[in-house]
Amino acid sequence: MQFTLKIWRQAGPRAKGYFERFTLDHVDSDTSFLEMLDMLNNQLVKESRETIAFDHDCREGICGACGLYINGRAHGPDEGITTCQLYMRRFKDGSEITVEPFRSGAFPVIKDLVVNRNAFDKILQAGGFVSVNTGSAPEAHTMLVSREKAEESMDASSCIGCGACVASCKNGSAMLFVASRVSALSLLPQGNPEACRRARAMVLKMDEQGFGSCTNIGTCQMECPKKITVAHIARLNREFLYCKRSDLQE
Amino acid sequence: MAGILNAKIPEGPLDQKWTLHKESLKTVSPANRSRMHIIVVGTGLAGASAAAALGEQGYRVNVFCMGDSPRRAHSVSAQGGINAAKNYRNDNDSAQRLFLDTLKGGDFRSREANVFRLAEVSNAIIDHCVALGVPFARDYAGYLDNRSFGGSQVSRTFYARGQTGQQLLLAAYGALNRQVALGNVTVHCRHQMMDLVVIDGQAKGIITRDMVTGRIEKYPAHAVVLATGGYANVYFLSTNGMNSNASALVQCWKKGAYFANPGFVQIHPTCIPVHGTHQSKLTLMSESLRNDGRIWVPKDKTIAIKLQNGTLKPSEVAEDERDYYLERRYPAYGNLVPRDVASRAAKERCDAGLGVNKTGKAVFLDFERAFETQGKESIDRKYGNLFQMYEKITDENPYRKPMKIFPAMHYTMGGLWVDYNLMTTIRGLFAIGEANFSDHGANRLGASALMQGLADGFFILPYTLPDFLASGLKEPLPDPTHPEFAKATENVKQRIRNVMEIRGRRPVDDLHRKLGKLMWEHAGIVRSAEGLAQTFAALEDIRGRFFRETGIPGSENTINQELEKALHLEDYLLLAGLIVKDALHREESCGGHFRIESQTKDGETLRNDKMFQYVAAWEYKGSDAEPVLHKESLVFNYIDVTERKYK
Repeated sequence: MQFTLKIWRQAGPRAKGYFERFTLDHVDSDTSFLEMLDMLNNQLVKESRETIAFDHDCREGICGACGLYINGRAHGPDEGITTCQLYMRRFKDGSEITVEPFRSGAFPVIKDLVVNRNAFDKILQAGGFVSVNTGSAPEAHTMLVSREKAEESMDASSCIGCGACVASCKNGSAMLFVASRVSALSLLPQGNPEACRRARAMVLKMDEQGFGSCTNIGTCQMECPKKITVAHIARLNREFLYCKRSDLQE
Repeated sequence: MAGILNAKIPEGPLDQKWTLHKESLKTVSPANRSRMHIIVVGTGLAGASAAAALGEQGYRVNVFCMGDSPRRAHSVSAQGGINAAKNYRNDNDSAQRLFLDTLKGGDFRSREANVFRLAEVSNAIIDHCVALGVPFARDYAGYLDNRSFGGSQVSRTFYARGQTGQQLLLAAYGALNRQVALGNVTVHCRHQMMDLVVIDGQAKGIITRDMVTGRIEKYPAHAVVLATGGYANVYFLSTNGMNSNASALVQCWKKGAYFANPGFVQIHPTCIPVHGTHQSKLTLMSESLRNDGRIWVPKDKTIAIKLQNGTLKPSEVAEDERDYYLERRYPAYGNLVPRDVASRAAKERCDAGLGVNKTGKAVFLDFERAFETQGKESIDRKYGNLFQMYEKITDENPYRKPMKIFPAMHYTMGGLWVDYNLMTTIRGLFAIGEANFSDHGANRLGASALMQGLADGFFILPYTLPDFLASGLKEPLPDPTHPEFAKATENVKQRIRNVMEIRGRRPVDDLHRKLGKLMWEHAGIVRSAEGLAQTFAALEDIRGRFFRETGIPGSENTINQELEKALHLEDYLLLAGLIVKDALHREESCGGHFRIESQTKDGETLRNDKMFQYVAAWEYKGSDAEPVLHKESLVFNYIDVTERKYK
């Protein structure tokens, strides 16, 4: 297969970006999208031209490092996968493919297709955990969790922190990301005592990091590689409002 | 030479050693802890849990990771589960049984006292992970569910769908984040450790490269903890993440930490077969699938050929024409034999011409019976994400056709030599998780890597590291203007200049792929004296080409992934030589180390306990000298060293 690639280049955070066109030939249909970029980069090395920087690691859809905007969609045309799980058989031979970074106000571009998603870490540092010291846990079976709750918590907890939800949201909101963690923990008894504190701290931190507000568009749910649903956003809102109410009562 | 390696195994009966040892360990008063600085390199299960636990105690911890977030560490990819001796199934499990399974699984090449301690703390890991909010699989009454893994006859593996590693890492990363918020831990993302600073024989800090700006930075500390994982990526195609590398390990080796059993590597039997020339990595299909999937090839070569050229469908092969070779050869364990056994058996069948895909290098993993007896929905709940992953990569629907799988490089049992306190031969340098060698011998059992990472990080290092710190309470934080810091910094800069100045036009990947192929052929599933001996010259050739032909466009003062890869490859080339040397010197077969000269008449591993019941720890002696071998004899006081049988 042969492709024309229109790829975003940007030398640094403050540099002006632009699209650069490349053609790549002899691509096997069994090649993954990132392997195709490897091929292109190897071709560039042979021409002594600077390679295209992109984040990637596990290449099996679980680390959340890779994230490219491909032909106007986060992680490309397929649903329920990350960029690394996309294969060239999905594209028409001879077509042009546009590749951009995950753009959003809170995700500044570092170089080419690499963005800074540090704001996600900051949100989780604000409260995305259960505050238990090592060594103080009771025997595991002292806390029973119904299968349904555990499964639902697992659904939310499958978030890989890639940022597709933010990149595809017209408001640049991180609500689905925040909701996935809040929801995963609030469905379990062990996360309960600090549920209020968690929801409030994480939402405030999200706002502080420059993410936009949620207006219930639902693009995040469509583009989430792990198919996390906006039902979790509803739970986050409930938690947040519940906290506000208990604040007022105090 | 025997005196050099003192494993410091405590006195006392096996099941009391750790308890008694803990009582003897010194502690640091809470008031003094905030003055003590600890560096943790790596944020996988071992690194994140260690940093969190040390932060909780009040130490000042600096954590370094290569990714843009600690959550990307490769522990995230572990699928199947984590072992613990909870005995929730009432199937007669115990710490003793987990200990025995692990020791036997490792073919009696691990340290008895360490393995027992691992089994002993396993239950506390599950308790803590539940408390941290890991959504483990549960039954309808709300109790934790288990499944079985290779090399055991009990059901002791806890899991969260096929994403157990991800869920455990999120928990450890959550605990780490909590300490960041409290100000005890500072995380440095996109930083690669480039060198260890040793002053008067003691680890005093590290040199890093900021992967965004290229800046070379100095970080002093009272102790350094290496949690950088294994070195499977020496083999290029492996199940490891692309960024997983051996550079920190190699740099510590060069600074005086002995490297133990480098030749013990694990080849995982159930991975998606190699399919293209541009393939960058291999994808694991969890061992847990062997709970319900049955492995087979046709009995007859003519049928295999039809399957290979696609003229026959697997469903058209009659039951009596199928060879469920693991069930046939190992009736007691069946499809759940340990990984090394299953990998060799797959290779043996494919070498006999019975492979089932177009390259002839694949066997079937078939769920037909599981679908019939349990229903598709139940299988989907257990392994749904794995089935999806398989379909995306291969474009074949595993609900309709059996999966095709083949062994792939996966894990490394070898690593830095550590004593019972997890300290390397450099004072003040500790190694935990996959980075050390201690618990898995010559083969690791499935679902034990997560267990070991968290055991080391949550429950062992937080006791042993303070003991070391307590002896140097009056020592100030090392001075970063000390000449050794300057020297190490200059060395790092010189190394970077050396590769930047090669100015060839050959991509690093090209030579790495060559190295991987060489290692897979000669230091892979099956090894021979002849093949291993040939490898040295081929390695020299690749090394020569590397320094003549490599091309690294761009500058070192920005993100430069070609430069990163080149620096990794330089270290892989050095380590590859050590792997081969170790594999060549060990003239026996044990676990994943299979020397064709040493096998039983059934083709099983044949150990030579008289000659090789020891840990081979290699000391670096400089670029022009051969590494020197030090032996730690393995003494088994509490078990009988027997032939490892799974029949």
